[in-house]
Amino acid sequence: MRDFSYFRASSLDAARQAAALPGTMLLAGGTTLIDLAKCGVAEPDTLVDITHLKGLDRIDVNERGATIGALAKMGHIADHADIKSRFPAISEALWQAASAQIRNMATIGGNLMQRTRCPYFRGPANFSACNKREPGSGCSAIGGVTRGHAVLGTSEACIAMYPGDLATALVAFDATVHLGERKLLVDDFFLLPGSTPDREHAIEPGEMITSIEIPSSAAAHRSTYLKIRDRQSYEFAAASAAVGIEFEADGRTIRDLRVALGGVATKPWRARAVEEALKGKVLEPETVRAASRLAVEGAVDHGANHYKIELAPRVVARAILKLGETA
Amino acid sequence: MTLELSLNQQPAHTRQGSSIGQPLTRRDGFLKVTGAARYAADNHPSGMLYAVLAVSSIARGRVAALDVEAAKAHKGVVEVMTPRNRPALAADPDAKDHPFMFRLDLLQNEEVRYPNQTIAVVIAETLEAATEGAALLSPRYEALPARVGLDDAESFVPRGVGVGNPAVQHKGDVEAGLKSAKTRIEATYETPAQYHNAMEPHAIVAAWDGDKLSIDTPSQGLAMAQGRISGLFGIAPQNIHIRSPFLGGGFGSKGMISGPQVLGVLAARLVGRPVKLVLRREQMYGPVGHRAPTRQTLRMGMDGEGRLTAIHHHAKTASSTFDDFFEPAADASHTLYASPAITTSHEAVRLDTGTPLFMRAPGEATGSIALESAIDEAAHACGMDPLEFRLRNYAEVEPMTGKPFSSKALRECYSQAAKAFGWASRPLQPRLMRDADGFLTGWGVGTATFPAIMFQAEARAVLKADGSGLMETGAQDMGQGAWTAFAQIAADGLGLDIDQVDFRAGSSDLPNAGIAGGSGHTATAGMAIHNAGAAVIARLADLATGNEASPLFGADNEGVVARGGRLYRRDDENRSESYAEILTRAGLTEIEGHGKGAPDAASQETYAKHAHGAVFAEVKVDPDFGQIRVTRLVGAFAAGRVINPRLVRSQYYGGMIWGVSFALHEEAITDRRSGRIQNANLAEYHVPVNADVPSVEAILIHEDDPYVNALGIKGVGEIGIIGTAGAVANAVWHATGVRPRRFPIRIEDLLG
Amino acid sequence: MTKIPVHLDINGTHHHLELEPRVTLLDALRDRLGLTGTKKGCDHGQCGACTVHVDGERVLACLTLAAQTEGRTITTIEGLAREGELHPVQAAFLEQDAFQCGYCTPGQIMSAVACIREGHAGSDEEIREYMAGNLCRCGAYPHIVAAVRQAALEVAS
Repeated sequence: MRDFSYFRASSLDAARQAAALPGTMLLAGGTTLIDLAKCGVAEPDTLVDITHLKGLDRIDVNERGATIGALAKMGHIADHADIKSRFPAISEALWQAASAQIRNMATIGGNLMQRTRCPYFRGPANFSACNKREPGSGCSAIGGVTRGHAVLGTSEACIAMYPGDLATALVAFDATVHLGERKLLVDDFFLLPGSTPDREHAIEPGEMITSIEIPSSAAAHRSTYLKIRDRQSYEFAAASAAVGIEFEADGRTIRDLRVALGGVATKPWRARAVEEALKGKVLEPETVRAASRLAVEGAVDHGANHYKIELAPRVVARAILKLGETA
Repeated sequence: MTLELSLNQQPAHTRQGSSIGQPLTRRDGFLKVTGAARYAADNHPSGMLYAVLAVSSIARGRVAALDVEAAKAHKGVVEVMTPRNRPALAADPDAKDHPFMFRLDLLQNEEVRYPNQTIAVVIAETLEAATEGAALLSPRYEALPARVGLDDAESFVPRGVGVGNPAVQHKGDVEAGLKSAKTRIEATYETPAQYHNAMEPHAIVAAWDGDKLSIDTPSQGLAMAQGRISGLFGIAPQNIHIRSPFLGGGFGSKGMISGPQVLGVLAARLVGRPVKLVLRREQMYGPVGHRAPTRQTLRMGMDGEGRLTAIHHHAKTASSTFDDFFEPAADASHTLYASPAITTSHEAVRLDTGTPLFMRAPGEATGSIALESAIDEAAHACGMDPLEFRLRNYAEVEPMTGKPFSSKALRECYSQAAKAFGWASRPLQPRLMRDADGFLTGWGVGTATFPAIMFQAEARAVLKADGSGLMETGAQDMGQGAWTAFAQIAADGLGLDIDQVDFRAGSSDLPNAGIAGGSGHTATAGMAIHNAGAAVIARLADLATGNEASPLFGADNEGVVARGGRLYRRDDENRSESYAEILTRAGLTEIEGHGKGAPDAASQETYAKHAHGAVFAEVKVDPDFGQIRVTRLVGAFAAGRVINPRLVRSQYYGGMIWGVSFALHEEAITDRRSGRIQNANLAEYHVPVNADVPSVEAILIHEDDPYVNALGIKGVGEIGIIGTAGAVANAVWHATGVRPRRFPIRIEDLLG
Repeated sequence: MTKIPVHLDINGTHHHLELEPRVTLLDALRDRLGLTGTKKGCDHGQCGACTVHVDGERVLACLTLAAQTEGRTITTIEGLAREGELHPVQAAFLEQDAFQCGYCTPGQIMSAVACIREGHAGSDEEIREYMAGNLCRCGAYPHIVAAVRQAALEVAS
């Protein structure tokens, strides 16, 4: 790991000002940044530690929704009683992520900045070509080991999979990310790789995530996060789905549906086609399974990751049907 | 047939004890739960520097340039060791004096022959500086295309496989057997490269004092390590002191001293200061061995009653381009199932990888998952229950040699484990069982066998005038419980309570205890301890029975019994004397005795010696997702005498979990273009986590074996894997109707 | 890079160090303070061997900069036993034979203490999930679950 200067931000403004400086990065839980610094991917000159800033770790839940400070820890949010009861998919996405230790370190703001696990991205000493690391250098992953790579949202420049769980649930429920003055839908915060895979987030120099806001909805209240993976735990998703549902008064007709996919795309992937296809329909297994296939419309595989195209719609269908059962 | 062997004759002077067989907690347990157990990398001699390896990112070619200046310019970097300044060695690291001297990469030149081969060593005042210095070397290479798969190179028949077994072995006429069969099966199975991944990375702290060398490093074979270093550096073995009180896991990867460990010694030589060198996790995928990939084809024929008429087990495997280790996978078919005709054969290719080596149950684990799968396929082809089929083909003598077994309680293993598991209610056909949640449920069985091997070991026993005892042997504890089990054997051997015995091990200045491997350490070093105890007790008895002042005077013909720190006349237990009294009267502060442990050649000729077991597995498979969950494992094992059931159960559990891992998790995945392993870490090279491990039960089957050794010990370290992997694979078939032929079994294999 | 002063409160003792900012808590403990009970298995947050408590919560020392923990309270495996008496979790690990080689054990124990404190030791299934961040290559998992279950009952009573 290259050496760097270390400072503690004395205030939010100081942190923002520091973040505007070239070579300076904000340090929160460190679970991504320190890891990537050891891999030689992150090479900051200066780290500005924001974990001691006061008041940024609050979790407030009321009728309108949840507001979670950027420094709230994943583990605390997962175990928060009101999050569990009003936003089950958020809690489930969190407790199924990483390990208990990492969840005690990682902040929700830092979690949104989590980088891909693509081994070509993570191995600069071994693979010089990576458009995400070095724009224009090429993509080593294409033609390589791709079992864990994305099938949705890819480009010729990058097929790296977004590995997170929480953001998948956030985009399903129209959460917004607050960057001080500015706020964005989480869905818009994450960028498709296109021809600029180095630019992953719609965040500008000098901006800092201050909080996440999740609006209340009936669908968020009746929601789940289903994660399928090779190991039973401590493992990234092979495919996952955050799903929320609201029924009409008859308890069978779908009024509102939210579906987002994880483990299969270059960013947290809202599957609006599935939502639209099922809204107004009566919840029937066959209808749900057929509609769920729309989740992977346009998917492109790279051989070893083909199974994700088969798997993801099944995960979506199961999650929807499971929520239906609890009526 | 009666076979008389004089292995277990009661010596005139015997010991009786009660430590053996007791479920004592680990004697090193307090140190381990408090963090006080000192592993190699925990040492920090004064003036110590840190060494970090720079390793190749290519699989084949040569290093064209290294930016040594940039590394040296980094603050804290003291020296960079490359082929240009590496201290001279007394022996060529590429020399091979005997088959088990493995070639080492010690910066002998610029050639690269596998990824993660050391190309330089950076030595610095801090770990951080050494690590960054290694990164700053920014190597340039001249790379050649990598050969990474079993079809990428020309195939040949190796001269020997495993520990020198013939690559091809025949018994009877397999083709005739197949021809005469009513039912035949043929199937090909693939197993991947696997890496030991002990939790403790290989580490060494080396310090030179003139021509004397002091080393802390994990070693499964202290004397062998000492001998290898002695040869490489041209110094006498007694000038090399290696301490290895605790290994943070070995599994075979710490059996031989590895290149990186020797590089730590070289680095210390170069800078003239003590040096610590610890492998980074990703650096463990290359220079410290692995389990080679295999492709195995099994052909079997069965008569109308489900009896095997022929087994042909063929295995293709791979070694490195520069050394020989060939996974003896097909040899798994030598021991288990009776058949009039058996052929086992091997072929191999040479790939641009580090040299594969022994990894927990080498050959047996790899061969067993294929054999047990094929046996299951054969049973199904005959319309038979897989357990019934195995019993139908039960081997009463060792199939390949015709030798009788020294003992074989496998029937008892089958019956007890089947009963505990509830096997009797298993439907014959697959895909018929579902649980309440709709998961496809399947049950599978696998048989385990592992040879009862012994090596050579020595021990020294001392009895002191204060009545206490000392037992010394350079044994190695890599988690199997040597500190405890050997202390138990020592206590009984000395006729003392265990707390009266000072047991010393884990250091090369003690008698050579042989290697902790092949599941043979407890038997081998245990017998040395046992015999050393006998020797010192015999001396003590001579002192007593030859002295008129002793109540034991004249008992020499009848013999005495040692127990609880006293000698008793065998024919009159009212006459006894304490050790302290005997030694004090003789004016001795202590007496000593020496003992050896070694295989008995006569019984080796006569008997086939193996441990056995049967494992039953239940899996649940999500019908939509193909996600597999092992929900129950029940194993029963017969492995001779059990020294400590608490430790043995842990060994069986660990082995069984390795079996689950073999079937469902482990696989090194290589980028075919670069030859690099893309999951050389613990996040993506999967070993089971706690949540993957179900309810596990291990039944210890009583077995007396008078022929393996006087203590009746076989060995338990590896047998748990064998059978388990196949049982899981067979359960997956039973759940889904899909026959796994490629391991590990993955989600995509079962998606349909 | 220049060193910075770092004050660490570990197992009730204050330590003053001069460290490069890049030094992790794990390397500070092991290399600078001689607290080698905390182990390094992967150095990338993938194995749990370096688990320690910071302000009473389990975290990974390998992904924590030492400088970040100034002003916080750190507990390592060396600080668990009080006056030579094993913590109930340590005693349970010993009794249940919840380890073999022992290398992952300090991390397992620190994780288990926190797991119980968090209220995540309610069932075997919950223990397995919430102890999943600590790899054990020897495969001591069934006994680890038994030890956590036993200790959880003792701590509750």
